[in-house]
Amino acid sequence: MPVQVRIPTPLRRLTNDQDLVTVEASTVAEMIEKLEEQFPGVKQRLYDESGQLRQFINIFVDGEDIRFLNGLETPLKESSEVSIIPAIAGGIIN
Amino acid sequence: MFVARYDRQMRIDGWGVEGQRKLREASVAIVGIGGLGCPVALYLTAAGIGRLKLIDADVVDESNLNRQVLHWTSDIGRPKPESAREKLQQLNSDVEINIACDRLTDENADVVLGDVDVIVDALDNFPTRFVVNSYAVRSGKPLFHGAVWGLEGRATTILPGQTACLSCIFKASPPAEVFPVVGTTPGIVAMIQATEVIKYFTGIGQLLLNRYLIYDGEAMSFHIVRLKRDPNCPVCGFSGR
Repeated sequence: MPVQVRIPTPLRRLTNDQDLVTVEASTVAEMIEKLEEQFPGVKQRLYDESGQLRQFINIFVDGEDIRFLNGLETPLKESSEVSIIPAIAGGIIN
Repeated sequence: MFVARYDRQMRIDGWGVEGQRKLREASVAIVGIGGLGCPVALYLTAAGIGRLKLIDADVVDESNLNRQVLHWTSDIGRPKPESAREKLQQLNSDVEINIACDRLTDENADVVLGDVDVIVDALDNFPTRFVVNSYAVRSGKPLFHGAVWGLEGRATTILPGQTACLSCIFKASPPAEVFPVVGTTPGIVAMIQATEVIKYFTGIGQLLLNRYLIYDGEAMSFHIVRLKRDPNCPVCGFSGR
């Protein structure tokens, strides 16, 4: 089913500058796979080497953090809005 | 007792002499006197906050001047708290301005932040944010968080024990980088933080509690996601206690 994904500014260069992207997916994990198909490179920005969501990245489904739902298996509904929210301003390299 | 300086804000419903008195009795630490910290300090000084403590270990660099609006060309090389204090004192001599040219650590946080009521997180890096967050939780002091990247900004107000803390939200620091930023982004986020500080002390309105506000300057939109305390948070967790 079509869901809307809100892309954070740091990832927008990978989505042709689109801030909202529509993909067909029934779980958050599937949504990430579909994003990767459309916009190669996104998955690597979200997952670490062991295939887990990077610790400084949060994903919200309809305003709720998936860590308090069902993680990457959180189901998506028709017209769900997903927000990808990385921590920003990681620090200056001196 | 208050001069014309504060007349227009005292006309706000619920503010009055009493609200102004509460502001005058308030003390606020601003951690980071950069893109976020400069406008927060400027507007809290204009509003007549009682005492500010400006905390930053850095000196002004030319690359700061696109956004750190209290630091001017002739300030390059000066400690940021000193540079900021000089202008703030000219704006409003009612406000007591303390400075600390320290880098905050778990070891010095109790001393450096011990004499203020609330803390503004105006930092540019997560390791120090986590130090400040831990201190806020330990001391129970409100923490006003802001962060920026490019044309995107974030803000939330943390009341330890009542709301999610920074470590409930983020489990690790993002990678260090020289991140892009235009001055207007921290300007907007700083105004949200300063507004929250003023609301906290005057009691006006509803605070940005358990809500993470995202400013998207590219799309020019704001949206909010809901935050929850993490029972297993390593800093403020309450499971099993």
